[in-house]
Amino acid sequence: MTTTQTSFDIDYSKYGFKVIYDPVYSTKPGLDEDVVKEISKQKNEPKWMLEKRLKALEVFWQKKMPTFGPDLSELDFKKITYYIKPSERSQNSWDKVPEEIKLTFERLGIPEAERKFLGGVGAQYESEVVYHKIREDLKEKGIVFSDIETAEKTHPELVKKYFGTVVPMYDNKFAALNSAVWSGGSFIYVPKGVKVDLPLQAYFRINAENVGQFERTLIIADENSFVHYIEGCTAPIYSASSLHAAVVEIIALPGARVRYTTIQNWSNNVYNLVTKRAFAYENATVEWVDGNLGSKVTMKYPSVYLLGQNAKADILSVAFAGKNQVQDAGGKAVHLAKNTSSTITNKSLSKNGGRTVYRGLIKVASGAVNSRINVKCDAIILDDISSSDTIPVMDIREKKIVLGHEALTSKVDEESLFYLQSRGINQEEALSMLVQGFIEPFVKELPMEYAVELNRLISMSMEGSVG
Amino acid sequence: MKTKNETNTLEIKNLHVEIEEKEILSGIDITIRTNEIHALMGPNGAGKSTLAYVIAGHPKYKITKGDILLNGESIIDLEPDERARKGIFLSFQYPLEIQGITMLNFLRTAYSRTVLNKDNELEDVEKFSKYLNKKIKLLGFSDEFINRYLNVGFSGGEKKRSEIFQMLVLKPKIAILDETDSGLDIDALKLVAKAVNSEKANLGILIITHYNRILEHIKPTHVHILVNGKIAKSGSHELVHQLEAKGYKALLENST
Repeated sequence: MTTTQTSFDIDYSKYGFKVIYDPVYSTKPGLDEDVVKEISKQKNEPKWMLEKRLKALEVFWQKKMPTFGPDLSELDFKKITYYIKPSERSQNSWDKVPEEIKLTFERLGIPEAERKFLGGVGAQYESEVVYHKIREDLKEKGIVFSDIETAEKTHPELVKKYFGTVVPMYDNKFAALNSAVWSGGSFIYVPKGVKVDLPLQAYFRINAENVGQFERTLIIADENSFVHYIEGCTAPIYSASSLHAAVVEIIALPGARVRYTTIQNWSNNVYNLVTKRAFAYENATVEWVDGNLGSKVTMKYPSVYLLGQNAKADILSVAFAGKNQVQDAGGKAVHLAKNTSSTITNKSLSKNGGRTVYRGLIKVASGAVNSRINVKCDAIILDDISSSDTIPVMDIREKKIVLGHEALTSKVDEESLFYLQSRGINQEEALSMLVQGFIEPFVKELPMEYAVELNRLISMSMEGSVG
Repeated sequence: MKTKNETNTLEIKNLHVEIEEKEILSGIDITIRTNEIHALMGPNGAGKSTLAYVIAGHPKYKITKGDILLNGESIIDLEPDERARKGIFLSFQYPLEIQGITMLNFLRTAYSRTVLNKDNELEDVEKFSKYLNKKIKLLGFSDEFINRYLNVGFSGGEKKRSEIFQMLVLKPKIAILDETDSGLDIDALKLVAKAVNSEKANLGILIITHYNRILEHIKPTHVHILVNGKIAKSGSHELVHQLEAKGYKALLENST
């Protein structure tokens, strides 16, 4: 029997799995002003955006690499291709996708349409009709859901007003890089008082750029609105490029609520360095639900700036690190107003030599009285060669607050395993159940189909993990 | 269609067990058959729970001598789950709390692996829920009980009732009840006793306890007193009354 290895330890080289690009245009490898100008030209951008890009490129050169976290020394900026424009009509064929990958998708129970997208044949997405129907509904309510390239033209005033305000190009080297070469991603605007009952999913607007390396997402939720945005999926996404540096900006205006769910399962050659940040104004709520399964190195700390009274942040993340993987993830909450609250829950698992790090930051400004902060991180290390660290930083300048912090790192509890085994469940399945139970607080926040996929993925990844 | 009850036999033969190179059990012989109820009593630290764990296959203990046979076949090289599939059940003294796994999901998996003996399939969820609903009331639980996480936040008594509920669901051949009576109030004890008695015609039982109380409700056919890793005395239910009257020390001095 051949077994398909499907997990966060997936060995992509075994499949020779490639997204079969048929690019009409791509820039030469490496980065300079000409490359940035070329990207802007290809997108037919307004001049102000080009100027922003060029400025960001300068900032990128000036900024130093992060001085904390995992080793990024193998990252070679000269070797990366920064822009690939795929053909309009994709000629990629489902038949060309290797059999094992199709099998993997099948085992994961991923819908056919999504499978095709994942196999790099997304342009033939079959539920285009469904998608159009959804778009009609959104349009009626005044919701804008497009990429930023389109929004630059259709809603220049919004893009101009908010782009780069939450994550400025000066923020860090990779935010600067993204600001210079960004491409693809989503733009969402929800008008005052509008509640979007269906989650908006990135794969409703599929094109090859969606799986791009430098996506840029901007979400503006106007007063008292609600939107849930979902990106990614649990199945492995192969990327030929070694760098994914995305930026996500969220603006939750007074009374708005935004939930942003991500599941990333990049192939394990990818450096996944993402800056995600939200501004939450008075009475606004921002929820980050963030799952990291794949990549070689992930550095991602979704953050919320609580700018108005009663603003709320809820950051829930889970990370799996398998062989040769480092998941350096966590969350940040910055309390800048009275009666604000933040909850950070982090769950991580490491096995086969993987390493997880919880890195968190809580800042409370003087005057942000009655702030409530609750941080909880749990890590499980599944074997003796894997590791986990907790690095919580607290910078608190107000006395009148309520702070709770719990951190727990443990091995799989042998007694719990024995208990399950004593009921006829073998060790492998018992381990898988314990792991599923461990991440249940995360999984139950996911839409059903994602939850099912994730649970399946986890039980598969436990196969063969018992010696 | 009802078939005649089969007889199953668990034989513990000259069992020697150590943990971290310290001998805990030093030659135990007990044979338990279907429709027999064996009570195992003894002072703290005598090795009662060790015996329970060893039968269930806890990896911490090492058998240095002797054997445990189920229907003539040795089970000591089997994994705990394999023993459970063959019909061994342990009601834990301290049941574990497992986050995020519902009773329903847990029991459905356990039932599919043991009773149905299927490796990769799960019993139909509707069918199984109906099956559970019939048993659940016997132990005094309400319907939402099966949606709670496995033992999480259960009171001491609920945990013990939950263990016996699991026993009813998984229909073992041999059940070891390790201090199932501790933490149970009188009403709960009666429920548990009633449930155990309803199964006893199909079951060989080893009850580990400190007190006669549970044995008044679940009448033992055999009583063993374990001291320092050895069976010091065996007898009928009468032995328990003597024990309660005199205590271990006097009883054992008299007998030698």
